[in-house]
Amino acid sequence: MKSGTATDRLSRSTGNQWLSPISPWLVMLIGALALPILHPNVYHLDVLTTALLYALLALGLNIIVGLTGLLHLGYAAFFAIGAYTYGLMNLHWGCPFWVGWIPAGIVAGIAGACLGLPALRVRGDYLAIVTLGFGEIVRIGVTNLDRWTGGPNGLIGVAHPHLWVPGIGDWDFGVESAPYYYLVCLTTAVVAAVCVRLSRSRIGRAWIAIREDEVAAACAGVPVLQLKLLAQACGGAIAGVAGAIFAAKQGAITPDSFDFILSVMILAMVVLGGLGSIRGAIVGALVLGCLPEVLRGFDRFRMLVFGAAMILVIRLRPHGLFGGFERRIRITPHAQPATPSGRA
Amino acid sequence: MTTPPAPRTGPLLEINNLTKRFGGVVALDAITFSIDEGDIIGLIGPNGAGKTTLFNCVTGVLRPNAGQVRFGRQTMESVVGLAPHEIVECGIARTFQNIRVFAGMSVLENVLVGTYPRTQTGLLGAALGTASARHEQRWAHDRAMGLLELVGLHERAEESAAALPFGWQRRLEIARALASDPALLFLDEPAAGLNPVEKQRLLELISQLRANGLTILLIEHDMQVVMPMSDRVVVLDYGKKIAEGSPKVIQQDARVIEAYLGAPRA
Repeated sequence: MKSGTATDRLSRSTGNQWLSPISPWLVMLIGALALPILHPNVYHLDVLTTALLYALLALGLNIIVGLTGLLHLGYAAFFAIGAYTYGLMNLHWGCPFWVGWIPAGIVAGIAGACLGLPALRVRGDYLAIVTLGFGEIVRIGVTNLDRWTGGPNGLIGVAHPHLWVPGIGDWDFGVESAPYYYLVCLTTAVVAAVCVRLSRSRIGRAWIAIREDEVAAACAGVPVLQLKLLAQACGGAIAGVAGAIFAAKQGAITPDSFDFILSVMILAMVVLGGLGSIRGAIVGALVLGCLPEVLRGFDRFRMLVFGAAMILVIRLRPHGLFGGFERRIRITPHAQPATPSGRA
Repeated sequence: MTTPPAPRTGPLLEINNLTKRFGGVVALDAITFSIDEGDIIGLIGPNGAGKTTLFNCVTGVLRPNAGQVRFGRQTMESVVGLAPHEIVECGIARTFQNIRVFAGMSVLENVLVGTYPRTQTGLLGAALGTASARHEQRWAHDRAMGLLELVGLHERAEESAAALPFGWQRRLEIARALASDPALLFLDEPAAGLNPVEKQRLLELISQLRANGLTILLIEHDMQVVMPMSDRVVVLDYGKKIAEGSPKVIQQDARVIEAYLGAPRA
């Protein structure tokens, strides 16, 4: 291997690279965590909690659509699978939320990979149609399997999360706002950190390479099918965890919470933020999640203004808010090139 | 890292009766030739002769209808039917005739993608940023930067690959192919569209790669590149091998001249 200046330079830059994405995020996270104390408004907290749940979904879909470039129009299905997995486990076996979110993620992840196996044989527009069909099959399936899923009435009486707090004892999150806000906030932060790491790892680079040029990626040694399945599974798992949180927060879930419009909204958030950009996915979700509430003053014209705002963004920033070429790796400048060496 | 190759110890790649049909068109008609370790083989022929199809069949992009392709340093193993990434793992890397760099990635990231088959970090290691993952990341960066220095692109490692001039993108593709540590490199018209200065640098780069023990199969239209670089030249025309031999012999071969210039008037 090469030694000397090049190596030193790189170890320094890679060292920084692992810390740099964390610090600005940390400031934002502390701010987000302080918000319920500084501004204890239940309505605002609820809106933000929903928007952050969207952010979680957008982060998951960003892996599939943004990084790997697989158009997915049925993403809400994974959200539903996660919600129903936790809901059913809780109702039948009394599985607590703190355990239930894990199988919710796993089952949704497996569903992602299972969908991927047949679906990834087709590409582009056809993949979009297949995933759209998948989303509808899950929603209609859940509606009609009423022996297990409660049909259109859904699952009622799913337990809220409980925590054992020293001094207080057993604390039920119930219908309060702040605990869910914190739960979703922390989950989103953890998932975002994982996504940042993944996107800068060999796996994330391979995903982006597949998005950029599948044939070139395969010829550069990337196992394309395997990585597409992995992307589907990761995206599915994140939506599954989000679904478990959603079910625990609502206490009741019905099939119409997971309709096609939700899939489209999440996709719009990822596109608005900029395909492949992690902060883009979060900001896109917060903007699209909060905007309908912010625009309540427009009353009946709310959705009209909403649509106009989206068109404006697309017009002004065609690659999304944070899209386009992103510098994921920085190298400190250096003086002179080392002598060329052989195949290292 | 790589074992120093003992030059000319026997064939590294054997292509036997390789045939590829597209409907009624026979793009490759029972092509047979072999490549010895350490050699540079020029693959020439008029447009549509089947040169790129041959590349695609050997690298797994296309599946041949018949014939064998065997590759290996110690034991020759069949690579027909393997997926492209498995063939890269075996040690065959390639570039493309129409440049296919990853436009949305930086120059360095393009080369890092090429290290994929030589790294192991899994999903968990990558997500958690474990010590071994970071160590491997650093190794991959060092390797990629070393290769960028080799092709003369290290100064622009951070830039978007799409922003590079054409000739530099070709060199980036070569660096990306080298990142998988191949024993055999396929270059598909590396000199196409290059200006004379860039062409000269390409010749120097190819000579250097050969000096490092790399075996190269070179598709090229530019005779100023093929003839001085190649140990042997294989000529295709309409999917058939019409000649094979040293550059000198090929330049005087009547069938080759006919394929390129047409039959002499009687």
